[in-house]
Amino acid sequence: MLDINQIRKQFPILSRKVNGHELVYFDNGATTQKPNSVITAESNYYQNENSNVHRGVHFLSGLATDKFEETRITIQNFINAKHSHEIIFTKGTTDSINIVASGYRSLLNKGDEIIISELEHHSNIVPWQMCCEQSGATLKVIPLLDNGTLDITEFGNLLSKNTKLVAISHISNTLGTINPIEKIIKKAKAVGAKVLIDGAQAASHISINMQNLDADFYCFSAHKLYGPTGVGVLYGKEDLLNELPAYQGGGEMIKEVSFKKTTYAGLPHKFEAGTPNIAGVVAFKAAINFITGLGINNIAKYEEGLLQYATEEVLKIEGLKIYGTAKNKSAIISFNIKGLHPYDIGMIVDKMGVAIRTGHHCTQPIMDKFNIPGTARISLAVYNTKDEIDICINAIKKAKMMLS
Amino acid sequence: MSTIQKIQAEIIEDFELFDDWMQKYEYLIDLGKELAPIKEKYKTKDNLIKGCQSRVWLHAEHTQGKIIFTADSDAIMTKGIVAILINVLSNQEPKDIATAKLDFINEIGLKEQLSATRANGLVSMIKKMKLYAIAFNN
Repeated sequence: MLDINQIRKQFPILSRKVNGHELVYFDNGATTQKPNSVITAESNYYQNENSNVHRGVHFLSGLATDKFEETRITIQNFINAKHSHEIIFTKGTTDSINIVASGYRSLLNKGDEIIISELEHHSNIVPWQMCCEQSGATLKVIPLLDNGTLDITEFGNLLSKNTKLVAISHISNTLGTINPIEKIIKKAKAVGAKVLIDGAQAASHISINMQNLDADFYCFSAHKLYGPTGVGVLYGKEDLLNELPAYQGGGEMIKEVSFKKTTYAGLPHKFEAGTPNIAGVVAFKAAINFITGLGINNIAKYEEGLLQYATEEVLKIEGLKIYGTAKNKSAIISFNIKGLHPYDIGMIVDKMGVAIRTGHHCTQPIMDKFNIPGTARISLAVYNTKDEIDICINAIKKAKMMLS
Repeated sequence: MSTIQKIQAEIIEDFELFDDWMQKYEYLIDLGKELAPIKEKYKTKDNLIKGCQSRVWLHAEHTQGKIIFTADSDAIMTKGIVAILINVLSNQEPKDIATAKLDFINEIGLKEQLSATRANGLVSMIKKMKLYAIAFNN
């Protein structure tokens, strides 16, 4: 059992007021708040450890490099990757996907196919469209069913020997659907396709294990995992990362530079050109330790209880419809109330200290599928409570009263 | 005092009566509900204003030396804000609209209640109204 009060005390922002009310932060799908350990690690880095990594011979450079590389090992253990050099530090999930999609521009040809799905975030759509434009490959889309799950039968039909890559999110940021990625990976492998998983919404909620999962690439962001903004991870299998062309040129990613020919460094440095967000990477370790300290399975179990309670309670509001009713769902509730615009609801509950997100959540194809302009979205994290859900629901009821 | 300024002064006075956000929002909701409807045929893609989280359509007509604006939004509070803008700028002469200084937005505390993206929508709307005025003035 997690002691939620104890956990909440670790997040200073949770005790601030917003518009005169206690903050109820239900926009965790966008970004999570940070515990003291992460905030301290970041400031301590600048106060005691700051130097550039990998290059210097002096004490601080060695210290900064050690701290930076410690996080790599921590991530390797967190996701059970085979090698630490399979962990590439990036700016975030979007950056991670772009590194792979950009590399595949020169690895794919006309006639090759990439499969994505209708529930992807724009970040897992647009890079592949760009990749197809440049390579001549074709983009195929797994359709969405009415309950917010993917049409896996249709996925089977889309797969062929032409399928070179399948890029799917682990959890939908809009609908909360946990996609059956084990099944998807297995099917894709059967035709020899590689698989990239966008794990932005998954890594802080459910256990991920690279060696069991057998995904070729897996991407996530630190800031959705109680860590700092501007840091992300690209996991890739060693041989595939070796094969993938370098993304950006610059310092750190080279072996030898001359005007005739430059040779590139090995993994992971090949994909880490320029001075990275060192402080962020160092603090990321504290975020992972926060999660492993609580136990990811305990977090998943607690959040499941919150989701169940919140779902039951919101459905008591007359005229409210939830989008995304998959059986296997993460702690996200997207909804609309009949006759009301989500934006109006979001504006009013904000005045009562409740932070929810409204709009298309960077998933316009989902909005088109359900023929709606947007939704209001509640997304929960481990520090949220049933009391907060009650406050949020009362605020929604009040908004409904004002708007009707 | 020009008509546009006079109307603005009245709006500022109206908003001074409110003690809290709830009364302000309720007033906006009422204004939104009361806004004269736009003709369905004017709810076109061309008349959509970019930069809003909700959809806003704006139509302008030049008759007897004045511009008549009609508009709609699918979000009621946005519609309320739109209603105020129409109240201020519709049925005015193009040159007055083009040169109008819209002080009321800051005065009634609307801008600080609108986040950056939403304020962008407001700016786009005003810009579009002024562009119509400039076009009709020529």
